[in-house]
Amino acid sequence: MGTFKGGIKAVALGCAVAVSALMAGVAQAAEPIKIGVLHSLSGTMAISETTLKDTIMMMVDDLNKKGGLLGRPVEAVVVDPASNWPLFAEKARELIEKDKVSAVFGCWTSVSRKSVLPVFEETNGLLFYPVQYEGEESSRNVFYTGAAPNQQAIPAVEYLMGAEGGDVKRWVLAGTDYVYPRTTNKILEAFLMSKGVAKDDIMINYTPFGHSDWQTIVADIKKFASAGKKTAVVSTINGDANVPFYKELANQGIKATDIPVVAFSVGEEELAGIDTSNLVGHLAAWNYFMSVDTPENTAFIKQWHAFTKNDKRVTNDPMEAHYIGFKMWTQAVLQAGTTEVNAVRQAMYGQKVRSPSGYDVVMNTNHHLSKPVMIGEIQSDGQFSIVSQTEDAIKGAAWSPYIPESAKLTADWTFPWVCGNCTEPKYTAYAK
Amino acid sequence: MLLMSRLATLESRRGWQVFLILLVLTIVLVPVLNLTLPPESPFHVPTYMLSLLGKYLCFALLALSLDLIWGYAGALSLGHGGFFALGGYCMGMYLMRQIGTRGVYGNPDLPDFMVFLNWSELPWYWLGFGNFWFAMLMVMLVPGALAYVLGWLTFRSRITGVYFSIITQAMVFALMLAFFRNEMGFGGNNGLTDFKEILGYNVQAQGTRIGLYVASALVLALGYLISRYIVTSKLGRVLMAIRDAESRVRFLGYSVTNAKLFVFTVSAMLAGIAGALYVPQVGIINPSEFSPANSIEIAVWVAVGGRGTLYGAILGAFTVNGAKSFFTGAAPEFWLFFLGALFIVCTLFLPRGIVGLAAQLRNRAARRAIPSTETKSKEVGDAASEHGA
Amino acid sequence: MIKSHLARVTWVLRGLHAFVLAFFLMTGLLTVGVAIGAFAASSAWADEYSDALAGLAAPAFNDKVAAIDALARLGDERATPVLEAMSDNRLYTRKEDGRLVIGGTGRDIALTDAATGEALGTATSRDLTRINVNNALRTALGGAIGRLQINNADPAKRLAAAETMARDRTPEAMALLRDALAREKVEDVRAAMALTYAKMSLTSTDPAERLAAVKEVSGRLSSEVRALVAPLAATNPDGSFAEPDPQVRAAATGLIARIDQRLMMTELALNLFQGVSLGSVLLLAAIGLAITFGVMGVINMAHGEMIMLGAYTTVVVQQLFREWIPAEFFGLYLVISIPAAFLVAGAVGVLMERGIIRFLYGRPLETLLATWGISLMLQQLVRAIFGAPNKEVSNPGWMTGAFEAMPGMVLTYNRIAIIIFALAVLAGLAALLRYTPFGLQMRAVTQNRNMASAMGIRTGWVDALTFGLGSGIAGVAGVALSQIGNVSPNLGQGYIVDSFMVVVFGGVGSLWGVLAGAMTLGIFNKFLEPYAGAMLGKILILVFIILFIQKRPRGLFALKGRAAEA
Repeated sequence: MGTFKGGIKAVALGCAVAVSALMAGVAQAAEPIKIGVLHSLSGTMAISETTLKDTIMMMVDDLNKKGGLLGRPVEAVVVDPASNWPLFAEKARELIEKDKVSAVFGCWTSVSRKSVLPVFEETNGLLFYPVQYEGEESSRNVFYTGAAPNQQAIPAVEYLMGAEGGDVKRWVLAGTDYVYPRTTNKILEAFLMSKGVAKDDIMINYTPFGHSDWQTIVADIKKFASAGKKTAVVSTINGDANVPFYKELANQGIKATDIPVVAFSVGEEELAGIDTSNLVGHLAAWNYFMSVDTPENTAFIKQWHAFTKNDKRVTNDPMEAHYIGFKMWTQAVLQAGTTEVNAVRQAMYGQKVRSPSGYDVVMNTNHHLSKPVMIGEIQSDGQFSIVSQTEDAIKGAAWSPYIPESAKLTADWTFPWVCGNCTEPKYTAYAK
Repeated sequence: MLLMSRLATLESRRGWQVFLILLVLTIVLVPVLNLTLPPESPFHVPTYMLSLLGKYLCFALLALSLDLIWGYAGALSLGHGGFFALGGYCMGMYLMRQIGTRGVYGNPDLPDFMVFLNWSELPWYWLGFGNFWFAMLMVMLVPGALAYVLGWLTFRSRITGVYFSIITQAMVFALMLAFFRNEMGFGGNNGLTDFKEILGYNVQAQGTRIGLYVASALVLALGYLISRYIVTSKLGRVLMAIRDAESRVRFLGYSVTNAKLFVFTVSAMLAGIAGALYVPQVGIINPSEFSPANSIEIAVWVAVGGRGTLYGAILGAFTVNGAKSFFTGAAPEFWLFFLGALFIVCTLFLPRGIVGLAAQLRNRAARRAIPSTETKSKEVGDAASEHGA
Repeated sequence: MIKSHLARVTWVLRGLHAFVLAFFLMTGLLTVGVAIGAFAASSAWADEYSDALAGLAAPAFNDKVAAIDALARLGDERATPVLEAMSDNRLYTRKEDGRLVIGGTGRDIALTDAATGEALGTATSRDLTRINVNNALRTALGGAIGRLQINNADPAKRLAAAETMARDRTPEAMALLRDALAREKVEDVRAAMALTYAKMSLTSTDPAERLAAVKEVSGRLSSEVRALVAPLAATNPDGSFAEPDPQVRAAATGLIARIDQRLMMTELALNLFQGVSLGSVLLLAAIGLAITFGVMGVINMAHGEMIMLGAYTTVVVQQLFREWIPAEFFGLYLVISIPAAFLVAGAVGVLMERGIIRFLYGRPLETLLATWGISLMLQQLVRAIFGAPNKEVSNPGWMTGAFEAMPGMVLTYNRIAIIIFALAVLAGLAALLRYTPFGLQMRAVTQNRNMASAMGIRTGWVDALTFGLGSGIAGVAGVALSQIGNVSPNLGQGYIVDSFMVVVFGGVGSLWGVLAGAMTLGIFNKFLEPYAGAMLGKILILVFIILFIQKRPRGLFALKGRAAEA
């Protein structure tokens, strides 16, 4: 018994010694600039997130070939938070405090972002979050490079309401039961009602994560659509559940010309897992499609194929978001002349990147990007044909005007606001 | 008086010494090393290490609670992650109520997610959670009551072994699905987060962190003593007898149902407390804690450490979680191979876990050294009584 | 930026300039055309046709719609292949001369001139600009093709045309259909045309025509007809009837009542089918576990990974077929996948049993931990080999699509195939256990190991093969499940809890129990789902299982006797 308890002590000491040895090793190394990569490489989210890790590795590789940053090499510290939300927080703290990374690129799900948020705010770290999300947040320590709801959901619905989209009058809002679909659907419902759509013409449906048996719901959608008005489905169904959903759609013979489905979480990567020949014409709204025909995009795809040594790999919107985020961070570090977080954050505002989508993408003071919105139809080759895109980049709104509580709030991290969720500027007295 | 004397005999004299030394080491030394030494010092304990250790302490208490029902009463509960999470949710509800008007939408009564889902008032089951002591009571009562009801149903029907495991697994699975639902009023998938303060202290402050760490260590020590009290009591003997031959115990006139029910309920309460300590330290509680895989992992900790020994469970929780923390950083692409291999090796070659290995080695060493026959037989006897049959 | 306003979205009419320009050009062309027409009236027809054809390549959406409309109005049969090609995304303009061409499929695109049908050799996609279509255009194209084909010589095409025209409720379409209907001789086509015509004339101004239409559509009790008839039975907000004619109103009300009654029955039947279909998925997932867990008592947490291995084997076989086997045999890949998946998963199962599990017999809870470790490793292994993203598995042609058993009741082929397949696997397994020497030995070993051993049965090998059999069947299940769901390294995790529930609910060790358990849970689930929602339905099922086991701790079909107590 006694020996055993000594064992605990030994283990604890051993751990401490091992860690301190590691840290000593780090201190003596040749001072590369470190960045953290916090994407799940195992567990349920690995499906989506491993690609993003590879994207950052590609960007780092590229940057080092160009001579690094501020005369120092850049090193990516990769950890695996294993789709486990508390582990995200633990790994974030480890990256910031132990590895002393200058910035972290990571997270996919909202809940993973929510769980690392306190860590980044406490330690004043910097997170680049590359996925479209529900908005309703603006943290001083996070830059949101994915789309906010006004950069994805509303333009897509407007398109479907127009003549080109088929004059849709009846709406099914189908989503996985979590915060992103809930928020998006709430915003959309308010938006549709403001456009004169009756409550009876909106059907909202939520399903659990990884829902695999879609027979009932697809039959319900068909029934709802048989009321005579043109019907469309707005899908915020989460990654894993999409494959069986689309397979069921195809098999029950629902064509895009009858009931178009517009999705906000289905991109090239997700389509790679589905046979799309029966899905032609269903839609997705993103800020980027692999089929965009610009020199920037051609170069991006070429670089990606060269890095992965596989010319079948697809690119998608979150990858482009990471591309933009990384470029912006690089530019901001160069501009600030340091990797110190506060300086880099200041340099981020107004930072401009020519993105693969062919637009100049700008970081706003609410920590969201101005990006174009594109609507694509699924093709039989698993790519999207772009059927509509905005003329200009649209500024991401952290707070939605369609949610009464949220409409009051403003996110602006420059003087005199300096706040992510305030109803009045923090420094009104000084501003006068 | 009687209790005192029972307490005194819980551990041998030497055992008490080791226990106290370890306690002091974890409670005093780690925070002191964290606070006083400069970060450059090789003995400095960095803050992330402190919060990591705090988390492990909660896991250790959780493992301890599972060991009570599995290691001693022989019923493998695959639902302990559920009790842990329920305790965590109770604590989370208290912490949510402490946010007050500092939430994003500034509503004094409703948490942000309720404002967002257009709830007009606090649902009845949230009432009272603004009070710390009420919340703490619930931390024990909610998992305890669930365990009592489930245990009463199952043990009465004499459901044992694998069936019990599957029922408890069905329970956590159902709980997970239920808590995922936004209509439940527990924040859906995101769960409860964005905590501000606990008992008036900022949850992110260094002092609070150390306080929570010390509290976890103390509660673990207390949990260890309570468990030890139970397993060394007569009830403990009955439990082990149930584990080894349930029918015989029943024929001897003992109430198997009551004995198991008692230890299952206590165990669920301990798990709930572990969850309550865990939540303010990690800053979030959400339904993924209920996932069946998490509950299986707890069983793995206990098995790796050595089930049927209380310190084995604690050791297992530290070892497996330490390995996980290390490998997810050091070998992100391969850590699952290491972890999977660890489980296989442990079950194949260390049927009694690391503790069993230690005992084996000790025995072998003892035999080789040819000590006086008395001490040898005493040690073997010790080991045997420790491990049970 | 003081207040966050919704960023105003301004939509580009893509190429606004081009639109205006094209507009002027077109009007110009038309004027010229009219002028020329005055001189040579005979060529005006052809010019109108080629103008409309050229309009298909117009950049603006509205121009394309106008061009499609014009082609449909002209009724020139030559337009059909062009419109079909456009609808299939095969209409291009050639970059070198701007000529409108129809492309073939394949990497080297065979070109034909859209206007003349002349073959123009091949080109690659780089030489061509695809004419983009979207859903609205595809709908317009469908309508136009329908109108063009309503007088086609091929009855099948006329039938299809009659059906697509139902969405096109313009007076012109009605007139066209009326003429076609008068001429039609083939009975099926005639019926379809009459139905479509009736649907169109429900909104006619003549009460007699409306009444006739209601009578005509009453042969088809579908929800589509209900939606069409509903306005005739509706009341206005002020309480008056929307339909002035009482006879028509009565007919419509009666029809709606009949449809509602029929729909209720259909729904019941559909629920039942969906329940059986879900049950068969559960059955497939659980049937392997019924052997490894039910018969051998191994809590095999890696069972889900066996299913996953089967699904990945399907992916590999499919890939091999794509590369090595001519395309017309592609549909056979599934048939080959079944034995392949059985062998792969079965071999892994035998390895697992020989390498690890055999040391753990009698310690069921420890097999849980070891197999959990195996499951983690297998997942990571597959992730390392195939990558984390989902793999695409295409349904072979004979499994795609559906047939309508009765109006509103669509049964998909893949679901039917899976139901049949699940039952076949179960029957095969039952036969194997009952009628083969191996089955006999297996039953002997599980019932009394020592006695079996004494009779000369090599129990070790029987154990290994039994475990391999269970794993192999899980692999076969993976082939079927790959047809309806994701193929990813996490595939198995989604099935493991459900599988255990089915086996425990049905009764450990009983194949019929697994069948009964899977079907009960599947049907129960599908009848609950419409009322409780998918999530709550599942929770209720779990609570039901927990309570059920209290009542019958050994499941639905409990084994009796000594073996059950062991």
